[in-house]
Amino acid sequence: MTQVMLNALVVGTTYALIALGITIIFSIMKVVNFAHGQLYMIGGFVVYYFNVVFGLPFWFGLVMSFLIVGLLGVAMELFLFRPVMLRVKREEVTMLLAMGTAVFLESLALIVFGEKQRGVPPIATGIVELFGARLPTGRIVVIVVAAMLIAALMAFIGYTKTGRALRAMAQDREATALQGVNLKWLSAMGFGLGTGLAGLSGGLLVAIFAVHTGAGTAISIKAFLMIMIGGAGVLSGAILGGFVLGFLESVGYALLPGSLTFLIIFLIVICFLIVRPNGIMGKPWG
Amino acid sequence: MQKTISMPNVNLPQSEQRSSALKPIGLGLLIAAAYFIAIPLVFGANGYLLNVFTTMAAVSFISFGVWLTFAIGRINLAQAGFALIGAYVTAILVSRLGVSFWICLPLSGAVAALLGGLIGWPVLRLKGVYFAMITLCITEACRLTALSFPALTRGAQGIVDLPLPGELSLFGLTIIPAFEKGARLPFFYLAGTLMLLGLGFMWLLDTSRVGAVFRSLRQNEDLASSLGINVAKYRVVAFMVSCFYAGVGGAFFATLQQNVYPTTFQVLDSVYFMVYCFVGGLEFVIGPLVGALVMMSSFELLHEFQRYQTVIFSGLMILCILLMPNGILSVVKRSGKPEEATNA
Repeated sequence: MTQVMLNALVVGTTYALIALGITIIFSIMKVVNFAHGQLYMIGGFVVYYFNVVFGLPFWFGLVMSFLIVGLLGVAMELFLFRPVMLRVKREEVTMLLAMGTAVFLESLALIVFGEKQRGVPPIATGIVELFGARLPTGRIVVIVVAAMLIAALMAFIGYTKTGRALRAMAQDREATALQGVNLKWLSAMGFGLGTGLAGLSGGLLVAIFAVHTGAGTAISIKAFLMIMIGGAGVLSGAILGGFVLGFLESVGYALLPGSLTFLIIFLIVICFLIVRPNGIMGKPWG
Repeated sequence: MQKTISMPNVNLPQSEQRSSALKPIGLGLLIAAAYFIAIPLVFGANGYLLNVFTTMAAVSFISFGVWLTFAIGRINLAQAGFALIGAYVTAILVSRLGVSFWICLPLSGAVAALLGGLIGWPVLRLKGVYFAMITLCITEACRLTALSFPALTRGAQGIVDLPLPGELSLFGLTIIPAFEKGARLPFFYLAGTLMLLGLGFMWLLDTSRVGAVFRSLRQNEDLASSLGINVAKYRVVAFMVSCFYAGVGGAFFATLQQNVYPTTFQVLDSVYFMVYCFVGGLEFVIGPLVGALVMMSSFELLHEFQRYQTVIFSGLMILCILLMPNGILSVVKRSGKPEEATNA
């Protein structure tokens, strides 16, 4: 059981990172980023290319995965979402736009990266014994890095001026603009931060699981499950949702045959949403 | 009591609506003539193209259901899931019990509608992105269900070699002869009939009082319930009709391809059904048909680009949304006459 709990911790911390990214985008833009899983996948490939193909250190690749996928997000905001959001009659169109982007990125990745599964050499060797369970050192490194990143992100949003502006924009765009905050710059940056986190978690997880071009949709669905459990648009809810899903998944995989686990998770989430439609931490959204 | 309620949006164009009823009927006849007479005459010899048109008609039939859930203000991504349910109902009944296809077709729709009602009742309480996300999960859950119970669905191997539809006869009178092996025209006509029936029913529904109730749900559910409308009942009815369309369409595809796998309908298909509605325009009953026609024919035209096909296609899709965020028909309408007071 300790083993299962430790696995849940590994998966949970990285999932929390994914959920945080999608939550930031949702809370400031009111857009559900359906392309999140595809951006995650691209992050994984960025690390693979820098580490394996170009022979540079893993950590350099990780930084690059944040920067490259983050810049991709900024471009998406500037050239796709902003012009469409200004002109649409119905807000669903932005969701469709995100889906179109997801299909586009995935088919583009299939051409550029190919169909093969890609992994990187282990970032650390050896096995650590912890409370009677054995865990490869690489996984512990991933947990620690992911936890540090989450802490850094929460500190950034909670205590810096930019973070405060982001929170203000999530609450009320117009009032924030009246306070002299440059919304154009800020929303592009917030979008880039969210997608950058997707890239970062993809880059981090490629150290444990191999990545392939079709991985995106499954990750997007998991991200939706997490924010539905935790509550859309709430950062603490995203972290909680990540850990809950990580726990359910690890327990499920330990006890049940493969495809049944997620079927049961879906049923649990549907039943849970009937009781609490806004998730654990969520506030009602219009 | 209920009859005296006048919905905020129907009292305006009452007289106008009646006089313009001829136009939609004319348009429907035109589509029927184009589909049943012109296409077989022009492309009848080309089996591949006939297949494309068959698929297009059946896909727009399924998309009408998505359109209806849009009409009540919900983003429905579960359509592929219910189509998969319909496909499996037909496949299991035809292959295991030897039930006639002509019974399975409506039965698949009924089963999908029933399940849709059961799932929809609680799930429809959610709105906006929550509903979109949960319906996406339902599509994925349907695929996993098909994978997880191989005793019934044969898992990933799928159910293959389904027989072609037999003859449909009533009191010894043959109405539809048995489908021949390799013949494409019967499926072509069947898909067209389904499409026209689906379109006609949607149009009747949209112009009836129920259609006005559905639109009022999209505008403001609280206001609608304050007028004495049973909101929960109407939205479940709309969702069940949508699921019925999905189930019938799924059964059709299972028989057309003579097989069904858990991946026959998946999340991407749900997205495409939605895209067809959007590209056509959400304010028009005929929107899904126009969207499916435009998107699927452009996909076929891009066939020459081989492995770049999907990239260019999705790129065009994004461009389409960028240039016409409110659908193709909205552009046509705007150029034709000044913007009317739409219901949106």
